[in-house]
Amino acid sequence: MRKVYTKIDQIVGPVVTLRAKDIAYGEIARIRLQDGNQTYAQVIKLRQDEVTLQVFAGSKGISTGDEVEFLGRQVQLRFSPENLLGRTFNGVGEPIDGRPALQQTIDIDIGGPSFNPARRIIPSQPIQTGIPMIDMFNTLVKSQKLPIFSVAGEPYNELLARIALQAEADVIVLGGMGLKYDDYLFFKSQLVPSKERTILFVHTAADPVVECMMVPDMALAAAEQYATDGKDVLVLLTDMTAYADAMKEVAVAMEQIPANRGYPGDLYSQLAARYEKAVDIEGSGSITLLAVTTMPGDDVTHPVPDNTGYITEGQFYLKGGVIDPFGSLSRLKQLVNKDTRKDHAPLMNAMIRLYDASRKVRQQQSMGFAISTFDQAVLAFGEEFEARMMDLKVNLSLPEQLDLGWEILANHFTPAQTTLPSKLTEVYWPKDVN
Amino acid sequence: MSDKQGSVLGVSGNMVTVRFTGHVRMNEVAFIELGGDEGARLKAEVIRIRGDECDMQVFEDTRGIRIGTHVAFTGELLAIELGPGLLSTTYDGLGNPLDALANQCGFFLQRGVYLPTLDRSTKWAWTPVARVGQRLTAGDALGTVPEAMYKHRIMVPFGIVGAVEVIDLAPPGDLTVADTVATVKLLDTGEVRELNMVMPWPVKRPIQAYAERLLPDRPLTTRIRIVDAFFPVAEGGTACVPGPFGSGKTVFQQGVSKYAEADVVIVAACGERAGEVVETLREFPELIDPRTGRSLIERTIIICNTSSMPVAAREASVYTAVTLAEYYRQMGLRALLLADSTSRWAQALREMSGRLEEIPGEEAFPAYLGSLIAAFYERAGLVRVEDPNLGTSEGSVTTIGTVSPAGGNFEEPVTQSTLAVVGCFLGLTYARSYAKRFPAISPIDSWSKYIDRMKPSLEATYFEGWVDTVKRLATYYVAGQRVGDQMKVVGEEDLGLDDFVHFLGAEFIDAVFLQQNAFDPVDASPSADRTALALQLTARLVDHDWGFTSKDQARDTFTDLTATFRDWNITAPDAPEYQQLLDRIEARLSGSVATAA
Ligand SMILES: Nc1ncnc2c1ncn2[C@@H]1O[C@H](COP(=O)(O)OP(=O)(O)O)[C@@H](O)[C@H]1O
Ligand SMILES: [Mg+2]
Repeated sequence: MRKVYTKIDQIVGPVVTLRAKDIAYGEIARIRLQDGNQTYAQVIKLRQDEVTLQVFAGSKGISTGDEVEFLGRQVQLRFSPENLLGRTFNGVGEPIDGRPALQQTIDIDIGGPSFNPARRIIPSQPIQTGIPMIDMFNTLVKSQKLPIFSVAGEPYNELLARIALQAEADVIVLGGMGLKYDDYLFFKSQLVPSKERTILFVHTAADPVVECMMVPDMALAAAEQYATDGKDVLVLLTDMTAYADAMKEVAVAMEQIPANRGYPGDLYSQLAARYEKAVDIEGSGSITLLAVTTMPGDDVTHPVPDNTGYITEGQFYLKGGVIDPFGSLSRLKQLVNKDTRKDHAPLMNAMIRLYDASRKVRQQQSMGFAISTFDQAVLAFGEEFEARMMDLKVNLSLPEQLDLGWEILANHFTPAQTTLPSKLTEVYWPKDVN
Repeated sequence: MSDKQGSVLGVSGNMVTVRFTGHVRMNEVAFIELGGDEGARLKAEVIRIRGDECDMQVFEDTRGIRIGTHVAFTGELLAIELGPGLLSTTYDGLGNPLDALANQCGFFLQRGVYLPTLDRSTKWAWTPVARVGQRLTAGDALGTVPEAMYKHRIMVPFGIVGAVEVIDLAPPGDLTVADTVATVKLLDTGEVRELNMVMPWPVKRPIQAYAERLLPDRPLTTRIRIVDAFFPVAEGGTACVPGPFGSGKTVFQQGVSKYAEADVVIVAACGERAGEVVETLREFPELIDPRTGRSLIERTIIICNTSSMPVAAREASVYTAVTLAEYYRQMGLRALLLADSTSRWAQALREMSGRLEEIPGEEAFPAYLGSLIAAFYERAGLVRVEDPNLGTSEGSVTTIGTVSPAGGNFEEPVTQSTLAVVGCFLGLTYARSYAKRFPAISPIDSWSKYIDRMKPSLEATYFEGWVDTVKRLATYYVAGQRVGDQMKVVGEEDLGLDDFVHFLGAEFIDAVFLQQNAFDPVDASPSADRTALALQLTARLVDHDWGFTSKDQARDTFTDLTATFRDWNITAPDAPEYQQLLDRIEARLSGSVATAA
């Protein structure tokens, strides 16, 4: 029999402290509340016989006299390759879809070790989404980790769902953190066509904060199991800002000195430990990770998007209902767009340069300056570019996107005005215009 | 084994507090001995001692450690093994070879597994250079072994105090690093010591076995045009590259790691993406260094402690990296250390300082951040090495570190502490990267303190009058940008023709010289001769009296020149178009081609 402790000394936020012996760092404990409910908690600090625990369900209703039993193991995911698919769990891995508990499971420690960098390979396969601002301008690549930076109110979950359905993944794992219940229902309905290959770990805004912190680890531990078994896994996490806020809450309860706007000093390392789970395993499967990061106050320099941008391989910047071509970046695009079509990269660069120019001209025009004929062409180009390429409703194959790019250029410029290498304009410049 | 014993008293994140008996040293290494099935021994370093308790940073995940877990002290400081076989290898922050770890443990890193830095089975062709009976001091060569294209010196250990007398030397032959190569007598103490090719060295202590430090007076060519021309880095100097995320820090470092004219390149991937290291790891064996005809990996060592690897090992990794650089400098080689990113190292310090509950400074960084950063960059330098048998040589450590400021704001502690100590500031701006003007190094805010001091050697490399031309173009560029700013306020219409042409000229300099596409096979690495030609041509084009009569005419001319020049930038010297494009530009200058419509 394990020893049961019945005296909690301190309760601050979701963190409790008690005296206990021979406890391991990271170990989990079961707390039996007086009302008959139970919750789990994890050891986050040891000092002599003083043990500090973060309580998954929060400390609401916990009494100093509740029973605490240490379970002698780390936090684990109950895993079963077949039985997990199509199911929905909460942040601690318990089914919440009204269906029976999992059978024939193995227990897997979450937050497992890092992938050895020496065994990583260079990502090489584009994931086609049909969206020009992604496929042509910021290609998504298998095993990439990429956030969607978004202001509240933008259609980020719609974008996430659209990419998920279009991408050819074997398994889709969705981790919801602080999800509004409506959004949860939205995902459930959107992912119906691929229900048989989808697993949901869901923490809604109404659920306890520490459970939120478990969601990415649960989702990624499951993803890792499938990926090492040869499956291409797409992990969707939304919203990572809620996750970071949960960490902040626990850090404050622990009286840690905050580094930046209340967030703990290890925010970067914590986020990185999750994002770096994205991987392409030689001779086996892969994990591609797309995550929503809402930006409080539309501020990219806010610690959560800021730290995220330093970790991820670029970002899709959702603004005004479109993927902004300047704020967005796929750092892996050059690994794949050199093998698509020879005009891909240079055409993309030229169009961006000209679109940038068009925004400047628009600004000048709005200030009442007269503009030159060339600038007028630039302006008209910008408008056509927005209407025909940036609109999120556009759905084209990559060759169609590239051809469209040339067509739009030719509608407004001479080949030399684009400063594109003549080697390319000779081949790709549409013959029937200008 | 020492008589001191310890047991764990507290655990918080990656810090453990240990009660000990006997004496412990600051920065001493100990192992936390987990019981149970795993039975792992976790490496840790003493970072604070108070009474009979010490705080240690653990280089591993601390889950499973208990109060009372046994701690075995080693008596040794945190050290790395120096010797042949370092080149072309990838290590974690503590010097564990990652490839060998993977062979042993598979895809995932396993905690508590440590392997020797130097492979014990490789045979090296040993040639003695010292003589029996000779008196030597720390750093003098006992012999050499060929490693890649260098003569790797096997030296009297740097830690030996006073002179030694060589008692015995192994004859030429194939030896492993563990075989004895020499027997020496320490004259101060009379102790006799057998030496092999493995020299452990505490990473936090600079190697100073050289004769003298010299003032850096020659450039380290990076082949990044804007750097080599406008903000040159000195061999043996220091530079920092701060910039917000996505501004091009890593692409810059990768370019420099490929093309810089250094003998040994140490890439310290410190707390950033593992994927970026993989590009280096996989590409370098395939890339041939034109100067040596050998693959790039043969001159490279990668210290890879990426963001999801243990944070304490990240703190150690920059010291491991600079120690390796100093080691090769001691052989008279030009070592280049590229650290990406030093901010992650600073954050590791911050995490630990927080756990130690030290009084925090700005943004919760420890108060001693500035002095640690200064000490790190101080380990760079150009030195003269005197060897009784191999003669005089010069070696160098050049350090280029990236900084990742929170929110891209340079007014933060790591950037500011770094700017206070480096010789060259290459500031990447969000505005330039946003407009895809790469490299996004600000032509206006960046600086190099080396340019005047290096004038003679710069002009020997490029051409007579190089420095003046560069400065003239820089002034012209800055003024032209100011005209551009003015134009934003008053509009193009109200701007005089001369001012407008000045603005176009500045934009032209930017487009054809300052911008450089790191992903174009030709543009990525122009030779010094080509850069000299490009600069001269750029200067002639902006100096030229074009006699424009309208703004449209001026714009069309510069648009056309820009397209031709950019075409030329991506054309290999042996392609037929190379000369044709140059001819086209020359024709423009001599006015024999009508202005484009
Ligand atoms: N010299 C360059 N030429 C072309 N593109 C560049 C250059 N430098 C940076 N980039 C672009 O910027 C992206 C981000 O660069 P990176 O070095 O990863 O940024 P950082 O390390 O500052 O976060 C790259 O993926 C690439 O698309
Ligand atoms: Mg980087």
